[in-house]
Amino acid sequence: MDKNNNPVLLQIQDVHKEFDNKKILNGINLSLHTGEVLVVLGPSGCGKSTLLRCLNGLEKIQGGDIKFKDTSFNAKNTNWQEIHEKIGMVFQNYELFPHMTVIENILLGPLKVQKRNKAEALTQAEQLLEKVGLLDRKDSYPRQLSGGQKQRIAIVRALCMNPEIILFDEVTASLDPEMVREVLDVILGLAKNGMTMVIVTHEMGFARSVADRIIFMDGGKICEESEPNEFFTNPKTERAKHFLNIFQY
Amino acid sequence: MQNSGIDVIFQGKNFQRLFEGLFITAEIAFISIIIGSVLGIIIGLSRTTESKAVLFINRVYLEAFRIIPTLVWLFIFYFGVTTALNISLSGEIVSIIVFSLWGGAEMGDIVRGALQSLPKHQIESGKALGLNYFKLYRYVLIPQAIRRMIPGTINLATRMIKTTSLVVLIGVIDVVKIGQQIIESSRFELPTASFWVYGFIFFLYFIICYPLSKISKSLETKWNN
Repeated sequence: MDKNNNPVLLQIQDVHKEFDNKKILNGINLSLHTGEVLVVLGPSGCGKSTLLRCLNGLEKIQGGDIKFKDTSFNAKNTNWQEIHEKIGMVFQNYELFPHMTVIENILLGPLKVQKRNKAEALTQAEQLLEKVGLLDRKDSYPRQLSGGQKQRIAIVRALCMNPEIILFDEVTASLDPEMVREVLDVILGLAKNGMTMVIVTHEMGFARSVADRIIFMDGGKICEESEPNEFFTNPKTERAKHFLNIFQY
Repeated sequence: MQNSGIDVIFQGKNFQRLFEGLFITAEIAFISIIIGSVLGIIIGLSRTTESKAVLFINRVYLEAFRIIPTLVWLFIFYFGVTTALNISLSGEIVSIIVFSLWGGAEMGDIVRGALQSLPKHQIESGKALGLNYFKLYRYVLIPQAIRRMIPGTINLATRMIKTTSLVVLIGVIDVVKIGQQIIESSRFELPTASFWVYGFIFFLYFIICYPLSKISKSLETKWNN
């Protein structure tokens, strides 16, 4: 299943980013093809979360360019709202809005940003909730849900915008171990349905089974880029070997 | 019950006059609270910008009303500003202006504090859904900030109501002044009048302020569940 022949959805060229004179991203080149699942691995502080946040414009890049289809992030008239709509994101701390019920959280974007028909958006939201097994919680408030449930809702909220890409930023990092599975299963399901995704994670087994391509980052650069099996059995660089050893007891 | 001072409240038109005074007090307080709240929301929102000039002006404004006693502000406006601009303003109007400006300054601080206390991810999460600046505030930040503003706002409102007792010093006949007039006029027949009149005024302030505390409590309980 080679997705490299699919059209390029996101083109990242020589992206630089620094905070307080500290280089976080130091020349990143990457292209993401339609339907591809890219997993970004690397030690903490390597810039992977920052990279993800640059991909939907939450962080402004300081050098290079990112192109979503034909829209450059550097253009003066970049329509950020459209970028945010097309590139969804799910965060580590399942940032649901605490003052809204589950269904209100999910429908906020579709109704207020996309101005969609309420009945139609509601139907879609309920279908998605059904798929993640949480339809019965649609009138609950986030505080009444477990971490895993909140994170599944956050995924549904991103999905209901009908994005072309979804970015996952360590979505299981704050979860109790027994809840990790239910969230990863949802993401795995999306991958099977051909969703284009960029995933930052520390779940190595999951990375291996979901990824089409593994990107290993260190020090603000991409050190290694390979097929998952190859990366996990035969990493090319010393740094990747060292990193993978940390996860083995 | 000969000489029971409590009669003084019901003598002649005293009862009615006290309520008229209370109405003036309440009028000044509530108009100022409303104007002050609107002003405070604008100021609070403006204080979330990064513009140094806006922040500086706001800082000076807030500190001016915190440091200078409200009484001095009343004098500045009633005697100073009116003379300087050669205009004539009634004591009531001056009171409303000063109390609104004071309310605006303090309310601005409450709004700013509430907005800044919200977790930063809430903003990011909203942006990631494509909400623009206006919608982010309208649907995500302000509804959450309001919940955090309630205790401070109710506290400010009761302080403003109580502080209206100063307006008598620029010639406004409020409930305290009417009380004094009643005491003055009956001090020989009823030496205990001051006890009953001030006691009654205490009761009047209580019936304005207590419901506010009650509302605050019930809103907090409701939103915490």
